[in-house]
Amino acid sequence: MIKNILLTAWCALAPVIAAESITGAGASFPAPVYQKWTYTYSRENPGTTVTYQSLGSGAGLNQIKAGTVDFAGTDNPLTAEQQKEAGLVQVPMLTGGVVVVVNLPGIKDGQLKLSKAVLADIFLGKIKMWNDKAVKALNPGLKLPARKITMVHRADSSGTSFIFTNYLSKISADWREKVGQGSSVKWPVGIGGQKNPGVCNNVAKISGSIGYTEYTYATEAKLACATLENAEGKFVRPTKESFAAGASAADWKNAPGFYMELTNVPGEKSWPITGVTYILIRQDTPEAKREALRKYFTWCYTKGAAAADALNYVALPKDVVDLVLPTL
Amino acid sequence: MQRTDKIFRLVCLLCALPAALLLPGMLLQLLSNSAEAWHTFGLSFLWSSEWDPAAGKYGAWPGIAGTLLTTATALVPAVPLAFSAALLLTEVPSWLAKPLSHAVDLLAAIPSVIYGMWGLFVLAPLMQEHVQPLLARLPGSTLLLGEDNSGFGFLTAGLILALMILPYMCAIMRDVISMTPPMLREAAYGVGCTCLETTRDIVLRHGLRGIIGGIFIGLGRALGETMAVLFVVGNIMEPPAGLCSCGTTIAATLANNFAEADGLQRSALFALGLVLVVMSVGIQAGAQYYLRLTGAKRGETI
Repeated sequence: MIKNILLTAWCALAPVIAAESITGAGASFPAPVYQKWTYTYSRENPGTTVTYQSLGSGAGLNQIKAGTVDFAGTDNPLTAEQQKEAGLVQVPMLTGGVVVVVNLPGIKDGQLKLSKAVLADIFLGKIKMWNDKAVKALNPGLKLPARKITMVHRADSSGTSFIFTNYLSKISADWREKVGQGSSVKWPVGIGGQKNPGVCNNVAKISGSIGYTEYTYATEAKLACATLENAEGKFVRPTKESFAAGASAADWKNAPGFYMELTNVPGEKSWPITGVTYILIRQDTPEAKREALRKYFTWCYTKGAAAADALNYVALPKDVVDLVLPTL
Repeated sequence: MQRTDKIFRLVCLLCALPAALLLPGMLLQLLSNSAEAWHTFGLSFLWSSEWDPAAGKYGAWPGIAGTLLTTATALVPAVPLAFSAALLLTEVPSWLAKPLSHAVDLLAAIPSVIYGMWGLFVLAPLMQEHVQPLLARLPGSTLLLGEDNSGFGFLTAGLILALMILPYMCAIMRDVISMTPPMLREAAYGVGCTCLETTRDIVLRHGLRGIIGGIFIGLGRALGETMAVLFVVGNIMEPPAGLCSCGTTIAATLANNFAEADGLQRSALFALGLVLVVMSVGIQAGAQYYLRLTGAKRGETI
C-alpha cells in the first residue's frame, strides 16, 4: 500500500503539463532499452511523456494489477489462463540474453568455458573451488586459482532469475528436484544482490565470484562473461548473433498468450539462456489511453529497433510484430 | 489572555497527540497486515529458518538472528570508541575539542547509503583480501567465523554499523560527561585520584545512566539500519553460520522483498516488521526498567 501511495504521489508530481502521459514499471532486464525509448519518444512527440521505472518484474506485475501504471514490463511470462484471470494482455517486446559473469584474476571475457553439468553443479554448490578438476578439464589452458566460488544471485524477485532457473531446471534434474524454477527460489548457495546492477556490483567486488545477469549490465560493468555449452553441445560466446540465433527458435504462431520459453533452444549457434521480455497492459484500459499505448509500442517495434540493437537486445522480426500488434 | 492560553494549549495538544497515537497505530496496522502469516505459521514463525517463496514457507529466524548478530558486532567496537572519544572531547582544551566535536557531529550527517557504498567498494574487498585470510589462520576459526570468504557478511556489516552509530553515542556521552559537576571532579583530583581513577569512579558512575542511554540510542539505530547493511550483508535467508558468513537482517529482508511481495509473502514481511518493532521497543523498555531497578544502588533519586 505504501508503494502505491508513493507512486501516486510521484505521478501527481510528475509533469502534469503534458497532454498525454504513459507510465510504465517493471522488469529491470529490458530497462536500458526502455529508458532509451521513453526518452527518445518523449522528445520526438512533444505533448506525450512516457516514463518507465525499473522496479523488477514482480513489482511491475503488482503495479499493473493495482492499476497504478499504464503498462508493466515482465520477463516472467503469464500463461494464457493467467492473463485471462488477471484481466491483462501480454505481448512480447524484445529478446535478450542472460549471461554468466565471473570475477577471476587474469581471466578475460569469454575465456572461461562451462559445460551444462559444471554450470549446474557450481550453482548447486557441488563444485566449491575454482581449481576443481571438472572446471580444469574444460579449461586446460587457463590458470584457475585455488579460490572458493562465491555465487551471486538476485536478492529480489526477478524475471532474470526466472529465465536462469528455468534454464538450470532444463539442464539438470538435480536442480529441477531440489530448487526448481521461479522469480525467487531457495538458492542452495551464494549471496544476494539487488537487481541486475546489484549482482554486477557484487561480482565486480568479490574475487572468485560467479553470477548471472542480463548482457547489457554485464558489458556496462565490464565483467568477464563465461562461454557456455548450448543444447547442441557446442560452446558459444554471448553475442548479439548468438542471442538472435536463440530468438529465431521461437514459434510465436503457436504460442497461446505469447507464452514463450527460449532457454536451451536447438541450433548450433544459439545462446542457451535467451529470454523474452514482455509488456502487460490491462484489458480495461480506456480506449484513448490504449490508442496512445498502441502508437508508442508500434514506434518501439519499428523505429525503436535500432536502439535495442545497439544495446545488444534482439528486436522482434516483422512477421511477429504483425502478429502481436492486433492484440494490443 | 486566558483565552489565548487555552488555544495555545489546544494547539500543543493537537501536535503532541499524533506522536502518542503513532506507535499503537503502527502496531495495529502491522498486526492486521501480518494476521495471515501468524495464522498460517503460528508462533513457530519466530524460530523457523525456512524461507522458500516457491513453496510458500516463511520463517523469521534468519532475520532475527542476523539483526541481533550485526547489532552486537557493531556495539563491541563502537562503545569503547565512543566513550573514549567523548572523554577526550570533554577533557582537551576547547580549541581542539570544538573542531573534533564538529567532526563527530558531521559523521552523523552522512546518509546511510553512502556508508553502504563505502562498505561495498572499499571495506568488502579489503575484508576479503586482507582481514578474512588473517582471521582464517586463527585456530578453530571456521567454527566462529564460518566458511565464506567473500568479504561480505555480518562482520563487515557490523563494522559499518559501528561507524554509523559512533557519532550518536559519542554526542550523547559527551553531553553527559560534561554535566558531571566540576566540584566532584576537582574534589577527586584534590584527594589525589589519578585521571583514570577520576574517570572510572566519578565520571563514569555519575553519568552511567546517560552513557547507557547513549548506547541504547546507538543500538536502536543499529537494529533498524537498512541500506548500509543491505549492501554488504549478502542477502541470503540463512541463519548466521559464523561471524564472517553471509545472511540477512530484518530490515534488509523487508527492503529486498517488499516491492514484489504478494499474498502470504507480503503478510510474512509485515510479521517480520512487527517483530522488529517489538524487538526495538522491548530492548528500550528493558533498558529503562533495568536502570530504574539499579538506580537506587547508585544513589540516584528517581
